[in-house]
Amino acid sequence: MDEALTLFDKLWAVHEIARRDDGETLLWVDRHYIHEGSFNAFSQLSARGARVAEPGLTFGVADHYVPTRGRGRALDNSNIARMVSTLSTNATASGISLFGLDDPRQGIVHVVGPEQGLTLPGLLVVCGDSHTSTHGALGAWAFGIGASEVAHVLMTQTLWQRKPSRMRITIDGHFAPGVAAKDMVLAIIAGIGADGATGHAIEFSGAAVRALSVEGRLTLCNMSIEAGARCGMVAPDDTTFDYLRGRPYAPQGAAFDRAVEEWSALTCDDGATFDKEISFDAAAIAPIVTWGTSPQDALPIDASVPDPAREPDAARAKYLRDALDYMAIKPGRRLADISIDRVFIGSCTNARIEDLRAAAAVLSGRVSKVPGLVSPGSSLVKRQAEEEGLDRVFRAAGLEWAESGCSMCVGINGDLVAPGERCASTTNRNFRGRQGPGARTHLMSPAMVAAAAVTGRLTDVRPLLAGRKI
Amino acid sequence: MEKFTRLTATACPINIANLNTDQILPARFLNLPRSAGLGKFLLQDLRFDAEGRERGDFPLNRPAWRAAEIIVGGRNFACGSSREAAVYALFDYPIRCVIAPSFADIFAGNAVRNGLLTATVSQDDATMLTATLEAMPILPVTVDLDQQTIGCGDRNFAFSIDPVRRTRLLNGWDDIALTESYRDRIAAFKTADRAKRPWAMPGGAG
Repeated sequence: MDEALTLFDKLWAVHEIARRDDGETLLWVDRHYIHEGSFNAFSQLSARGARVAEPGLTFGVADHYVPTRGRGRALDNSNIARMVSTLSTNATASGISLFGLDDPRQGIVHVVGPEQGLTLPGLLVVCGDSHTSTHGALGAWAFGIGASEVAHVLMTQTLWQRKPSRMRITIDGHFAPGVAAKDMVLAIIAGIGADGATGHAIEFSGAAVRALSVEGRLTLCNMSIEAGARCGMVAPDDTTFDYLRGRPYAPQGAAFDRAVEEWSALTCDDGATFDKEISFDAAAIAPIVTWGTSPQDALPIDASVPDPAREPDAARAKYLRDALDYMAIKPGRRLADISIDRVFIGSCTNARIEDLRAAAAVLSGRVSKVPGLVSPGSSLVKRQAEEEGLDRVFRAAGLEWAESGCSMCVGINGDLVAPGERCASTTNRNFRGRQGPGARTHLMSPAMVAAAAVTGRLTDVRPLLAGRKI
Repeated sequence: MEKFTRLTATACPINIANLNTDQILPARFLNLPRSAGLGKFLLQDLRFDAEGRERGDFPLNRPAWRAAEIIVGGRNFACGSSREAAVYALFDYPIRCVIAPSFADIFAGNAVRNGLLTATVSQDDATMLTATLEAMPILPVTVDLDQQTIGCGDRNFAFSIDPVRRTRLLNGWDDIALTESYRDRIAAFKTADRAKRPWAMPGGAG
């Protein structure tokens, strides 16, 4: 009998071009996404006089630097204009398709790839961005790479890798209403730590994962990197196939049906073994918020932040003290007593249509006590949200409805949280200064951000959902 | 790429777990080319306050450690964003080696491609080395990649590194030249794969 294989083993085998005696393996790359930050890699190509090997498998998206206001006007910031135009120049010169600033399909690369059907089950997907792990939600093997690797892929369409260890995270049971994929992944990171999956390829499984929409799975896989994982993936199933059918770049018609037959084999074999196995019970997961400066600093909303004085381990106590100092939170304070200054709904983690619907369901007929920005994950998501009237809900609540981009998640397009301000955010990193120098970030689900907007403090969304259709 | 064989230099302890690449090089500097000199922005918001004044208590600002070429870091060093410019900032400071109990995967890969050694040690050895340096800041540290040892005062202990990465650093090899020698195998793979997985090509709209 053949050896039982994990999904990751199967994807690895399909992409292996050559393996050296020392274990280094040359892999074929199916999709390569580039963005404004890829200029370092293009510089390396120029320095070598090299060309892009497979422009037809390479797709550019303007997302990191694009303005979210005043789209269509000339870019008034010369740095931003230069970043956006350099991507355009490099893509055009190399024959790479570009979803540029003025393209109706523009958006955040990790939203656009799945949305356009560019990311498919079984593909090896890379991008010079750590949140490339997102694409694993479709059963792809997707991971972030650095500029030198971007240059290598541009020049050869291949990458050298060593096989990572395999980890399975099983989430069984059912979620309570008001609990989302974001809460699931924050619970995982809090449980295993910011380096709990370092060196591992994660396969997510279990009834609660199967029950997630593709959008929820994208959120889950997106934040695999925040646990240090090399990648995260969910085996493709009917939910995946239904999502992909008819997407512009997916196979069409009979070709799609043939592809589904092959994709259906992309599962973990019974009896396949993992290097590490972890289980969670979905029913035990409550809405979660972060309190510190790493995504692992996450607790259920009804908890209180830690008190370093009660921490016996000196190094851990120092870690807690430093995080609480930066966040300006008193030790032991109840999370629900922490007031906020603004909200942000956006990013590759949580700005798809379902995320916007979840936030709008809470905000409908209510007013935000704090200012806030809503930046849809893509221009197509924006259009769909407007067709559904979600933009009117956000505007009526007093939030700003903006264009699509990485925006306030990374704060390099001008959308910043001011120094010292506290932001309830649907993003992925609560690092010091991530949303701007001195900014304080609390990560949570879109519904939880909406709840925080309504009350002006960190808030359990569940009571606010009473009697509402979600 | 610059080779790494053996280095004796000042080592600066920065004992912060999960020190992410947003700290090593904040995102607002990512629009700069490497030629702009990213070393001066290394750990910008930890080294300087909002007005640009040095924070005197930050280790790299202490006189004994300003010229460090080695950093002794905390667990999960350089997690987060894949920005290779974090490695450029370290290397151009110029840091040549980071010693830590563990490193984030993407960073470790970026480091070896730029001649920066990531030396993994036990948490106990990292704690001991940090304590030694805090007591005697100018005590030089010697990192020997061939022997895979770290020497500091009368102590000598081993570090680990992936053997493939060790070989690459010792020889200063880069990937591209190596991959060129696989050109025929790549072409053969591509042909066979297109027949086997026709659905893997971007379809439909183009």
